Amino acid sequence: MVSSVLNSAAAAVVANSYESIATSTVGSGGVSSVTFSSIPQTFTHLQLRAMYGTTNQNSYLQIGTSGGANTGARGHMLNGNGTTAASFNYTAGATGLYLDYYAPSGVTPFYVSIIDFLDYTNTNINKTVRALSGGDWNGSGEVDMSSFLFATTNAITSITISGTATKQYSSFALYGIKG
Amino acid sequence: MAAGSTYTTIATNTLASNTVSYTFSSIPSTYTDLVLVVSNLTTTVAGQSIYMEFNGDNSAVYSETWINGDGTSATSVRRTADTKGFLGGYGAGTSTTNPAMAIGHIMNYANTTTNKTALARYSLGNVETNTLVNLWRSNAAINAIRVYTGGTMAIGSTFTLYGIAAA
Repeated sequence: MVSSVLNSAAAAVVANSYESIATSTVGSGGVSSVTFSSIPQTFTHLQLRAMYGTTNQNSYLQIGTSGGANTGARGHMLNGNGTTAASFNYTAGATGLYLDYYAPSGVTPFYVSIIDFLDYTNTNINKTVRALSGGDWNGSGEVDMSSFLFATTNAITSITISGTATKQYSSFALYGIKG
Repeated sequence: MAAGSTYTTIATNTLASNTVSYTFSSIPSTYTDLVLVVSNLTTTVAGQSIYMEFNGDNSAVYSETWINGDGTSATSVRRTADTKGFLGGYGAGTSTTNPAMAIGHIMNYANTTTNKTALARYSLGNVETNTLVNLWRSNAAINAIRVYTGGTMAIGSTFTLYGIAAA
């Protein structure tokens, strides 16, 4: 059931099980980071749905959580750039989930991501997040599947999106999914 | 504090006969994202891609970046100046017997400030899986989605559209 819900399989969505928690829309001038704080601990999973543009070339967005990344933190990405399919992993200095690998800047079409935080309140297990992301600009672009282990059992009470400045009209919407 | 329940069924349909295309029309603009689920899809002729067309626009303003796996190799391809978007089926495509499924996430579909970007995942379990990102170079709000293939979609194919509203 849970897996089906997070994969958006139609029949598995239970009425009243998916709720909007908060939304942040970037105004003129952009912002350097977006934070969702005081996240209710009453859901089973979280899903963050984002549309964003960046102001720095070859930049990336990164997802961090209140628990932080600890020893053993590790991320993986499966990336397609329109020519080559490639896989990456990163450990050194890893502080959170990379949403994109090589997103260009200064283009009007925005990048989009859907990020799942599974069992985010469970203090018995380390936290793994995953994302499906992509952006296309009619001749360039990329699509990414990524995951990150924070290596902490801390419950997630806040989420910060950072790593580069996000442009006006970017939006980030956080949802809670009940078990 | 949670703002309320969402992820609402807008419309659903299971084909009662073989059909060339299915269209969701008069889509309300009251949601933030749309989720389009195509399930149990077979086609009368195998090997079809699954397309989606927004607002009846079949001009060359669509483009996609793909990553594909067929059990032997992983590839990435790009299409530009397309006349339709894709939900999947890049390689072998659909089957006449084994059902395919595709899920499209059409983000911020009702805003009139930005071009529209949609993610999609496609699976034909015994053949291939695709993940792709679509761009529709239009700032128009999406009010209709036509789903079709290169052939005819078979009876029993199911199409469901959900709306997700942010707080």
